[in-house]
Amino acid sequence: MKSRSLSAYAFAYLAFLYVPVLVLPVFSFNDSQFIAFPLSGFTTRWYAGLAADTAMLHALGNSLKVGLITSLLSTLLGLTAAKAVTHYRLRGTGPALAFISLPLFIPDIVLGISLLLLLGAVGLPLSLAAVVMGHLLVCVPFALTVLIARFEGFDKNLEEASADLGENGWMTFWRVTFPLMLPGITASLLLTFITSFDEFLVAYFLSGTEATLPIYIWGQLRFPERLPMVLALGAIILTVSVALVVLAEYVRNLGVKKPMVGA
Amino acid sequence: MSYLAITNVRKSFGGTLAVDNVSLQVPRGEFFALLGPSGCGKTTLLRMIAGFETPDSGTIAIDGEVMNAVPPHLRPTNMVFQSYAIFPHLNVFDNIAYGLRKLKLPKDALRAKVEAMLATVRLEGLGGRAADQLSGGQRQRVALARALVREPKILLLDEPLGALDKRLREAMQLELRAIQRKVGITFMLVTHDQEEALSLSDRVAVMEGGRILQVASPRTLYERPESRAVADFIGEINFFHATVKSMAGETATVNAGVLGIITLPFANLAPGIKPDDHILLAIRPEHVRFSSQGVAGEIVTSTFLGERSHFHIRIPGRGETVAVSGAAPPTGALHLVFPPENLFALPVT
Repeated sequence: MKSRSLSAYAFAYLAFLYVPVLVLPVFSFNDSQFIAFPLSGFTTRWYAGLAADTAMLHALGNSLKVGLITSLLSTLLGLTAAKAVTHYRLRGTGPALAFISLPLFIPDIVLGISLLLLLGAVGLPLSLAAVVMGHLLVCVPFALTVLIARFEGFDKNLEEASADLGENGWMTFWRVTFPLMLPGITASLLLTFITSFDEFLVAYFLSGTEATLPIYIWGQLRFPERLPMVLALGAIILTVSVALVVLAEYVRNLGVKKPMVGA
Repeated sequence: MSYLAITNVRKSFGGTLAVDNVSLQVPRGEFFALLGPSGCGKTTLLRMIAGFETPDSGTIAIDGEVMNAVPPHLRPTNMVFQSYAIFPHLNVFDNIAYGLRKLKLPKDALRAKVEAMLATVRLEGLGGRAADQLSGGQRQRVALARALVREPKILLLDEPLGALDKRLREAMQLELRAIQRKVGITFMLVTHDQEEALSLSDRVAVMEGGRILQVASPRTLYERPESRAVADFIGEINFFHATVKSMAGETATVNAGVLGIITLPFANLAPGIKPDDHILLAIRPEHVRFSSQGVAGEIVTSTFLGERSHFHIRIPGRGETVAVSGAAPPTGALHLVFPPENLFALPVT
């Protein structure tokens, strides 16, 4: 009795979570401008229309650029910070970590407005570079969390063993640290890329005339006849995002082994 | 000249002195052990030889070259880590070949060298095995092979057998000794296990509180410890308070309270003992004998251990019991004899 009501609850909850999301792909294949049941037939013309939309492609290009640069930079910053935090006992580690993670808890709209004001105050133009800076604030905490977790399972003796066997710091990094950190690094790259790619508020404030994809989509919502195309775009982003997150999780768990201690 | 020369080395961590003015000479080809309880500074000393820690003062020289400023990757030492530190992303072959990259050997020569080392540590045919598919004993062998293949001037072993179970540990002790004889490399072993240190090494340094208490062969350490701490740390021992009455010729006469007046050969006195000194007389349990006369006593506990038994005997006028090891005593009144040739005198502190 109890377990049946419990599974009903779980089912309802999952439906609540995912039915709205599934509406996107369903209507993106529907042969009608209006988002309403009953469905009126199967079509791929919305997808075909997307491919010909140069403004959309330009925004997509911007988003890819911003996402790529953000993910590389935030992973690099996260990697060095994570190594410092986990390898050395440094004074002020706790507060430093707290401050780095703080942007996670500041509403993006507040972050966006403050950055906008700051850029204006120092006279920097709104641009994709500004968006990258804003996204770094949001992405570094993610990178740091993923990478610290990975470093914590890392036997410091391995780096000493490498030095003992004749390799300097640089070669030790390439032969030991990097290969062992690779799953963490890949996961961090994917997560930060997705975070940046999907981010709207900060980008909206800072991008100026160069729209990123979310901003472009937001703009399209004013034109009802373009809505199915937006749905098609949304369906694609959804699919790719889910695929990347699943990939990131898979890679992150790849090769996570028990620490190599004794017998 | 000694091969490894440690001179007045000091090292402290945040105000705590870990190694306190240690000097040590180790000749080439010796199997040397640093023995002491955890926290005695033995691992710090080992890590300074490897270059992972820098001495605050003093010098460490290997084969005549001062090493203080040489980073670990350029030192002629290799280490077997306590955790073994096998690279988890490499297989056995690549782990062993790791330190040979700079030799730039042709592929065949590299293979031959690694295979030969695999044979030395008896891991033939396991080169392709992944690191996480090795047993504890196999990991230990890989760590040993990886270090030995570089033909270091000194091989450093940090509690190498600590992670193994008792039977495997005993087997590996024999093998370690055999490998050392075969390769002829100077071994420096750190251990808290006195049995391991005594059975493996040519010489042992007993450490406590960052200092070296005594450096000697295992036999000398056991039979002629120079201090109470060393005597206590190595094996079981009985102490009796005594006073030196006189020293003449080749002997010393001491008043040993419950044991009476005893005359000892000079060789049984630790250096520096003078007449009228308050001393400790020490004797190992296996040297105390049961007899029909001597010091009267009664058995408090008796433990059967196979070829011998272990007893705690209470004697009048002494709070602690006397530990005795040997064959079961004859029935009837029990007396203990403390042969003077097996009694040795130590300073009280």
